[in-house]
Amino acid sequence: MASEILREISASDLLAETLKLKHAGYRMVAISCTYKEVMELTYSFDLNYDLVNLRILTDTKTELPSIGIIYAYSFLYENEIKELFGVNITGISPDYNDSLYKIPVKTPFGIQE
Amino acid sequence: MGNRTIVPFGPQHPVLPEPIHLDLVLEDETVVEAVPRIGYVHRGLEKLVEKRDFQQYTYVAERICGICSFMHGMGYCMSIESIMGAEIPDRAKFLRTIWAEFSRLHSHLMWLGLLADAFGFESLFMQSWKLREEVLDVFEETTGGRVIFSVCDIGGVRKDIKKETLEKILGVLDRMEKELTEIAGVFLNDSTVKLRTRGVGKLSKEAAFELGALGPMARASGIEMDMRTQGYAAYSQLDFKPIIDLEGDSYARTKVRLGEMFQAMDLIRQCIGKMPEGDIKVKITGSPKGEYFTRLEQPRGEVLYYVKANGTKFLDRVRVRTPTFANVPALLETLKNCSLADVPILILTIDPCISCTER
Repeated sequence: MASEILREISASDLLAETLKLKHAGYRMVAISCTYKEVMELTYSFDLNYDLVNLRILTDTKTELPSIGIIYAYSFLYENEIKELFGVNITGISPDYNDSLYKIPVKTPFGIQE
Repeated sequence: MGNRTIVPFGPQHPVLPEPIHLDLVLEDETVVEAVPRIGYVHRGLEKLVEKRDFQQYTYVAERICGICSFMHGMGYCMSIESIMGAEIPDRAKFLRTIWAEFSRLHSHLMWLGLLADAFGFESLFMQSWKLREEVLDVFEETTGGRVIFSVCDIGGVRKDIKKETLEKILGVLDRMEKELTEIAGVFLNDSTVKLRTRGVGKLSKEAAFELGALGPMARASGIEMDMRTQGYAAYSQLDFKPIIDLEGDSYARTKVRLGEMFQAMDLIRQCIGKMPEGDIKVKITGSPKGEYFTRLEQPRGEVLYYVKANGTKFLDRVRVRTPTFANVPALLETLKNCSLADVPILILTIDPCISCTER
């Protein structure tokens, strides 16, 4: 069976770590978010079925850069997380400005206003 | 530059079995950009994990999709089993594989019918869906359900399949294979079908990788990626190779899915031939604690389950990343520079499941 690694990194290291994985030939599998006391983002990457997960603990105020300049298709995940959790991801391209989902509640999975 | 027009496509459209909205920016008859909008069937199933315990959530997971229902249940159960370190009996692994491959057959046959319907080949649509009924009959006979089976459980499966039924299934497969060979011949050789699919929506291998394409969409562009080769369920004991094509167009995607249907039949036959005796379930006690990422190959491609458990009956998080969601960027790319008339075919060749995507 394939291996699974989980590594915690800081938000400031996100682009550098992602770039290293891209250069090593990794495919981005998904970006996931969990909210309990903090926002917990997990960036998952695959190479030959081995999974590397980068974990970032953040809040909704801290700016988190989009990884769209490295993995262009991250925009869909980033739009979703921004819209459903309210994570402050900057530089998403294209940015759907909270209109990807047609939902009546703002950030239903995140902090409720 | 020609005149620019924005044409709203969906959420209600004759070719769309499920609602997705696209703003198609056109220059004359050519699409230059497509902007998606989803959320019309968002049910908050991930959020429901806060109100259903981890055993009950198996039933919720199965309701993520009406086509891959069994595989969603299986993916969720595999995640919990991995967190709890539970090894399910061999017979349960084989039974899960049989139902998973029948689900693939079901999904691909349904897709073939929808594709035929999209380009107006009604009799081909009818033949594909007629064959799909055979699969639903097998589901009904082995599980009692035709859409939601509720046979997958944490620790194994809830129902066994009798020896006589397995032998009957072999007969059904022989009959289906004969009919599918005839249908496949039309999809691959008919000139009108070729006109609508050949060279339409080309996606190179490099573009497929750069856009994160998955499943038949990626394999039709030459990417040999199939999560089943990881060996989950009984796949490590079966002989198979991912089916790929190099053309990357709608025709290649049709060809790959047809190939996968014959492969699914072969895998079911292998499972029946190698079916071990024994229990179908192990008892699970306690509550899960930890987190796990599970990936498996659904008919539309790789699905990812992330489960985080805190040692109580209620999970912290269940996250499902479905293949359709991952294939949307590739779809948006293939739509660029296509003719407005080809949009329905292109949307269908990713085999979109919006119900899965929105959860």
